[in-house]
Amino acid sequence: MEDTFKIGGRELTSRLFLGTGKFSSNRLIPEAVRASGAQVVTVALRRIDLEYEEENIAAYVPKDCILMPNTSGARNAQEAVRIARLARAAGCGNWVKIEVITDNRYLLPDNYETIKATEILAAEGFVVLPYMSPDLMVAKKLAEAGAAAVMPLGAPIGSNRGLRTKELVRILIDEIPLPIIVDAGLGRPSEAAEAMEMGAAAVLVNTAIATAGDPVAMARAFGLAVKAGRLAYLAGPGETQEYARASSPLTGFLRD
Amino acid sequence: MSFYEVRKEYAGFDFKGFFAGVTVDRVKRALSKSRLTEWDYLALLSPAAEECLEEMARKAHRLTVQHFGRVILLYTPLYLANYCVNRCVYCGFKANNRLERKKLTPAEVEREAGIIAATGLKHILILTGESRRHSPVSYIRECVKILKKYFTSISIEIYPLEESEYAELIAAGVDGLTIYQEVYDEEVYAELHPAGPKRNYRYRLEAPERACRAGMRTVNVGALLGLHDWRTEAFFTGLHASYLQDTFPDVEVSISPPRMRPQLGGFQPRVKVNDKDLVQYMLAFRLYMPRGGITISTRERAELRDHLVRLGATKMSAGSCTAVGGRSGHESTGQFEISDGRSVAEMARMLYDQGYQPVYKDWQMI
Repeated sequence: MEDTFKIGGRELTSRLFLGTGKFSSNRLIPEAVRASGAQVVTVALRRIDLEYEEENIAAYVPKDCILMPNTSGARNAQEAVRIARLARAAGCGNWVKIEVITDNRYLLPDNYETIKATEILAAEGFVVLPYMSPDLMVAKKLAEAGAAAVMPLGAPIGSNRGLRTKELVRILIDEIPLPIIVDAGLGRPSEAAEAMEMGAAAVLVNTAIATAGDPVAMARAFGLAVKAGRLAYLAGPGETQEYARASSPLTGFLRD
Repeated sequence: MSFYEVRKEYAGFDFKGFFAGVTVDRVKRALSKSRLTEWDYLALLSPAAEECLEEMARKAHRLTVQHFGRVILLYTPLYLANYCVNRCVYCGFKANNRLERKKLTPAEVEREAGIIAATGLKHILILTGESRRHSPVSYIRECVKILKKYFTSISIEIYPLEESEYAELIAAGVDGLTIYQEVYDEEVYAELHPAGPKRNYRYRLEAPERACRAGMRTVNVGALLGLHDWRTEAFFTGLHASYLQDTFPDVEVSISPPRMRPQLGGFQPRVKVNDKDLVQYMLAFRLYMPRGGITISTRERAELRDHLVRLGATKMSAGSCTAVGGRSGHESTGQFEISDGRSVAEMARMLYDQGYQPVYKDWQMI
């Protein structure tokens, strides 16, 4: 049986979501999408220019992908809601990745405003995927508010520092019944594999692919790593041990 | 505490002594940190840091690609009016310069907007001289109303306003503010601004704060290079940007390092700022504020701008014209001579050739 998962009623086979910022040319986007196998591609509404077809970033997302506009630039819940509505009105579908950022030094998400936006947009029929700082109580509230998945950050966005929030993300995977998609901070394919081995439903990667020396090759590498990590998770890795264990030096005598 | 008060805390600081004490080791220590203090920043602005320029450039390039990607946002300035009541000694539009004064009529604004929009640009910066009689806030608001039909992001570079006036323009569709302090040294400022409302150093210095409080999304500050010692002016510009980012974390903060250009009146720069100095300033700022924007205008020549793409720049003007109504054929004097006359399409081609993407739209009114 094929290993699929569902978000917003759509069945997905690829567990790598792709971001589209920071590429040196929009023309690389379709190639990166194909190489990575991504089915969900996120684009900032602020960059979508419907009037200028040649430079319109959204036009470079292959038609068979799910276009997920994001609310980059929103400073509070209200702005995120307005951006999501504008995106839907512009024909970008009803998926939305919520980004509410009130801190321009680190670009860390504002969890409180994110919950508020999720509540409003889910009630309006959007498929809402909120980007958040990993926190169990916040994830529970997002689930209650109607989120379709929860997207905790692995490290600050664009930092390529890897899965630094591992322990907190692990708790979300264990406790939240929604797909957990690690978004932001993954810098290498091995780190994406690590998130998948832990049981993340998917990962979203942008900077690590877009700013690589060869973005298309890196997209392929991430695609393979995500598959490998997922396969390992399904295979059930053996227990890890702190020390080598050949015999029972302390209790061996009891066998006599 | 306002930035005026922050600035005052450095009054009497011995910059010369500080620079004399900076060693290459001190510079390298600053270079190795991920979060620099203002003293690290000052060390990177020192003469000693000139030896480490290539190392600084590599890190600055890496940080810029990491945070902004290989993209440059393009915009263009639109001069609405050149009436001015100030007497800034270095400016081509000063009140006592004899030149034809003009402000665009609504029909002319529409015509200029149409010409610019045809190039694909979506970000525009509108400018006026300081004359509340000829170009009052109500006039600017009317122009914004027209420009909204053509552009998705409108910034202003006009005289400093009250907080409520900024709020009024934001409500009309403005999302960005550019305002240069010109000179952060208060005494030199007084010498260079002998008459007019611009004499009020503090009112101008605190304008970005008022705009941020009113809800402005982006602010761009800067010192006009050539008026005073560039190292200290660069230091205070960075400090100002950092203060704004700390005080208003949700605002996108950027700086411009504009160098003086020839203009009507023939004022000669007091201080020479060469290409190497400009680059050192940009690199030091990038390391100090990895996510801060750096705007490079057409004051700089084409060949240099091509190099600056990889040295931390995030935003560049293109297809510029500093004369009121200049695009639709009105003959008049510009505020200063531009050095890079390339069209938007030519700039885009240059960026693509360098492996960079020109971004025409990075915001829309919501």
